[in-house]
Amino acid sequence: MNIYDLTIHELKEKIAAGELTPAEIKKAYSDRINEVEDRVKSYITIIDELAGDELADYENKKEGLLAGIPIAVKDNMSTDGIKTSCASKMLENYKPPYNATVVEKLNEAGAVIMGKTNMDEFAMGSSTENSAFFVTHNPWNLNHAPGGSSGGSAAAVAAGECAAALGSDTGGSIRQPASYCGVVGLKPTYGMVSRYGLVAFASSLDQIGPITKDVEDSAILMNVIAGHDPQDSTSIAGKKEDYTKYLKEDVSGMKIGIPEEYFNLEFDEEVKASVLAAVEKLKEAGAEVETVHMTDASYALAAYYVIAPAEASSNLARYDGVRYGLRSEQAADVSEMFTNTRHEGFGDEVKRRIMIGTYALSSGYYDAYYLKAQKVRTLIKDDFDRIFNDFDLILTPTAPSTAIELESKSDPLEMYHTDIFTVPVNIAGVPAMSVPCGFDSNEMPIGLQLIGPHFGEGKIIQAAYTLEKLLNINEKRAEL
Amino acid sequence: MIDKKDVEYAAGLAQLKLDEEEKEKYTEQIGEILNYVDKLSELDTDDVVPTAYTVPMKNVLRKDEVKESLPREKSLANAPDEKDGHFRAPKIMSD
Repeated sequence: MNIYDLTIHELKEKIAAGELTPAEIKKAYSDRINEVEDRVKSYITIIDELAGDELADYENKKEGLLAGIPIAVKDNMSTDGIKTSCASKMLENYKPPYNATVVEKLNEAGAVIMGKTNMDEFAMGSSTENSAFFVTHNPWNLNHAPGGSSGGSAAAVAAGECAAALGSDTGGSIRQPASYCGVVGLKPTYGMVSRYGLVAFASSLDQIGPITKDVEDSAILMNVIAGHDPQDSTSIAGKKEDYTKYLKEDVSGMKIGIPEEYFNLEFDEEVKASVLAAVEKLKEAGAEVETVHMTDASYALAAYYVIAPAEASSNLARYDGVRYGLRSEQAADVSEMFTNTRHEGFGDEVKRRIMIGTYALSSGYYDAYYLKAQKVRTLIKDDFDRIFNDFDLILTPTAPSTAIELESKSDPLEMYHTDIFTVPVNIAGVPAMSVPCGFDSNEMPIGLQLIGPHFGEGKIIQAAYTLEKLLNINEKRAEL
Repeated sequence: MIDKKDVEYAAGLAQLKLDEEEKEKYTEQIGEILNYVDKLSELDTDDVVPTAYTVPMKNVLRKDEVKESLPREKSLANAPDEKDGHFRAPKIMSD
């Protein structure tokens, strides 16, 4: 295997054994970026000799969990002095004056940050086609989307342009691209990872999480980024664990629920077959699998498309041309400054969602839309809680299909539908991981989603790790 | 359903400038989305308490102690226009 194909844990072993130095590793990944980036286009900003030579600091950080390991960071996470654009013209030249907490943690762990990855603008999208700058291509088939909104991060991992990456997930934006790109993506329990420094989209739904080549790497990254942060008042104290202790091949007695209403929705037959085949493997390994009944996922999708835009309309009100970011040249008066800046700075999807959100929160409509969606949210959360009283995990496909072709979905609603299986998880605030479970007849990756109860990352990791060993496809890499 | 006036209203509240073509396009697209969202009315939520946050937290406070904050030059570093340590913007009050 090439150095750029290795996982975090393999790289660490080689460093410890003296077989590889961090400088050699960084060079291998930089060379790989040079080799494939013009075809994949994962990165908005590649950090070469730019800010902070982490390698120089290696001796001081040798004991760090990620010492010498190249990591990519989605471009909605603040990096001090390094452009953080959210793939938007609004922040095209914005350099944050501080690091996001997760970035501080990566730095403290000795990670080598390779760059900032492409995404759908302000994390609104499911294909990374909403980036204001360029489109990222799926390393498994360059005519296909990498998914979104963390498409750049997922593609970078799949293409060997970094050992692992951070993404963010509001309605599926880590898990769906992970599924499309054949890598592992975890959205932690809401509150497990600090949002300080993550450019806000929907504050009650956003979470940062790891995108990795395998489950073990996911556990390692969680050990680095999870934990209470006093700077994020929605972050939770006292729940962090050593996630690597769940790296056991053992699902005996684990009760896994298969929601009939999810599987009855119309979706790709090959995806269904692959996911169900993986379920059989888990059964053979001793898991107890049963059908369960849950609220139809389309209600969660409907609630999401009120709540997320509503919160976004509030969070994006700050982009007014006054203190940072774009200010329109046509700004003769204050009103023009606001409206022209926002007209020029925001793309279509962002404007659409801001308007939906504004409308849903406006006087006369608040009760019918926003309040109603918040009540449905309770029903969905209670639904998950009810199942988790008797079950350890819920299992679904991650996405209704394999990676869509680029430019194939012009209708916003059609695009929203690709998140049907992932969105309910954010609505309920529970953790979920997408893990590769096979390939379709076009060799495109298929992902399976394991959902756990609040703070159930451990169970998810254990089942995912077991499944990974049973399926043994995690060493397959995209041919570029 | 939603008509152009509603889109103009929402755009006004959100300080978004839209041209005629955009108004038409968004009216159609947002209409479709809100149509889909209407299915929420199929669920009975009469006695349901709304959920704002899925974590069981209230009143997250900290001691009222002065701590380090962002220095002025850093705060102004991305300013489109600044003068004398202030952000400068077009006049708000008319003469």
